[in-house]
Amino acid sequence: MSTLMQHKKTNPVIDPESIRRDFPILNRTVNGNQLVYLDNAATTQKPQIVIDELARYYSEYNSNVHRGIHTLADEATQAYEKARQKVANFIGAPKTEQIIFTRGATESINLVAYAWGRKNIGKGDRIVLTQMEHHANLVPWVALAKETGAELEYIPIDEQGCLDLDDIGEIISRNTKLVSVTQMSNVLGTINPVEKTIEIAHDRGAIALVDAAQSVPHMPVDVKSMDADFVAFSAHKMLGPTGIGILYGKEELLSGMEPFNYGGEMINEVRYDFADWAALPHKFEAGTPNIAGVVAFSPALDYLRNIGMANVRQHEIELTGYTLDRLSSLGSIRIFGPMNPELRGGAISFIDNDVHPHDLAQLLDQSGVAIRAGHHCAQPLHRLLGIGSTARASFYIYNTKEEIDQLIDALKEARRYFGHE
Amino acid sequence: MSDALDTLYREVILDHYKNPRGKKKLDHADVKNEGKNPVCGDEIEVEVEFDGDTVKDLSVSCAGCAISVASGSMLYEVIKGKSFDEVRKIAKVVKAMLKGEEYDADGIDLGDLDVLEGVRQFPVRIKCALLSWVTLVDAIEKADTNESSKLSTTE
Ligand SMILES: Cc1ncc(COP(=O)(O)O)c(C=O)c1O
Repeated sequence: MSTLMQHKKTNPVIDPESIRRDFPILNRTVNGNQLVYLDNAATTQKPQIVIDELARYYSEYNSNVHRGIHTLADEATQAYEKARQKVANFIGAPKTEQIIFTRGATESINLVAYAWGRKNIGKGDRIVLTQMEHHANLVPWVALAKETGAELEYIPIDEQGCLDLDDIGEIISRNTKLVSVTQMSNVLGTINPVEKTIEIAHDRGAIALVDAAQSVPHMPVDVKSMDADFVAFSAHKMLGPTGIGILYGKEELLSGMEPFNYGGEMINEVRYDFADWAALPHKFEAGTPNIAGVVAFSPALDYLRNIGMANVRQHEIELTGYTLDRLSSLGSIRIFGPMNPELRGGAISFIDNDVHPHDLAQLLDQSGVAIRAGHHCAQPLHRLLGIGSTARASFYIYNTKEEIDQLIDALKEARRYFGHE
Repeated sequence: MSDALDTLYREVILDHYKNPRGKKKLDHADVKNEGKNPVCGDEIEVEVEFDGDTVKDLSVSCAGCAISVASGSMLYEVIKGKSFDEVRKIAKVVKAMLKGEEYDADGIDLGDLDVLEGVRQFPVRIKCALLSWVTLVDAIEKADTNESSKLSTTE
């Protein structure tokens, strides 16, 4: 942390070299080579302070939250609620009660689909998504539509991989109840104009959910100015532990919803034939939560705040621009998504004309370069693009241009291995 | 690159990948079956023409990685002309070989298939190698039970 602070004073732009020292895993080797971790859209690595807080929780103040009157319970509860406050500050939520801890972005979206969707969406109502959604923001709505007889409509994408908003006025129709859009695609990298989809949704009397799993970790996001009704994201994609997700919601919506899970911690008063729900946010947090994960998410948020999300974004624009140029210069690579780094984040999907993504990932792993191959939980999008799978390199604050050079070298080597120059 | 990698991507495998045998369309397919590896998106179509209970001819069209394409191509070479019983037996041997289990290949001509042993060291790739086999066996079961189309997966 100290290196960061010093660094911040002298130079506002990210220095990945000093950041790297805070991430012990980046020192490891894979197949005899220094790890080059380019699978950050799947999950990011963790700084030492996050790892330390996990250990500190278990070795110093492990206890259940909101239940005990003893010192440990009090410390754990305070740390847990402090994390909630930090999340609220991080995304500009007006009130701490609007932050609900879940298991991940997936569970956050499911919570809305069950606790709000099944009450408010019925036969003949419309749910609007986009063609680039992750399964997490697709399957819950497909299931809901199947169950209720609601209809699904998709905002199309253009050849660049950006949303085609020409017909959005008709797509988000008067019978639309929900518009759920990803703010940044995990495949195309595209940053979507969610303010616009939210505005039209509201004009039609619909609710707007933003899948921010890829945006909150990589760019400044302010839920209030965005005016989203619900926002979902995951801690593990932004330096935090796995198993922690966040659902932000507007207070009047959350207050009006019935719980999603029932049990301990979410009640006010229980009798044998009666139960009355606790106030927000506890109404939605039944049972013992992932306390260790939540308290260790606090230092991750501090870490990102110290760097500054605008700087994170700037760093990734630079890396993305550099990578797009270098990949293009190979001649054998087809890149998906916008070619202008200002329009996209640092998740870059591509295919090689001659080597299948699976084989690329396997060969790159031999050089210590970790990329992802597959459909990245976006099968309908891949079908639309006419391909079964893509290779994907995705960045974060600790990645460097030298690592991109290693990626490019490894791609060349993989082609040579398969007999292509 | 490493030795382990060279056992995965044997020359024979790369050769089958670059020139997959059996990638054609049959004029008289008795049964067709599609297979999918849901994890990586690889897709395969197998067509089979029967002569009684033997595979008179077949086609294997695979859109996938080197391992799944090569495995399908080797399958084509080995399976053509075999009886249903032999097909089931060979598929069982291939499965066991990939999973590192005991198998008895007595009296079975495995052709190039033994190179698939190298896949065992790369557990995530086993499904790639299995896809064509699962799809073929399902195709034959389908013909045997007169079932209509069914999607095969490696799951
Ligand atoms: C755009 C997007 N939405 C949702 C998710 C789901 O996140 P999680 O798996 O952490 O629930 C992911 C990540 O996998 C994602 O990239």
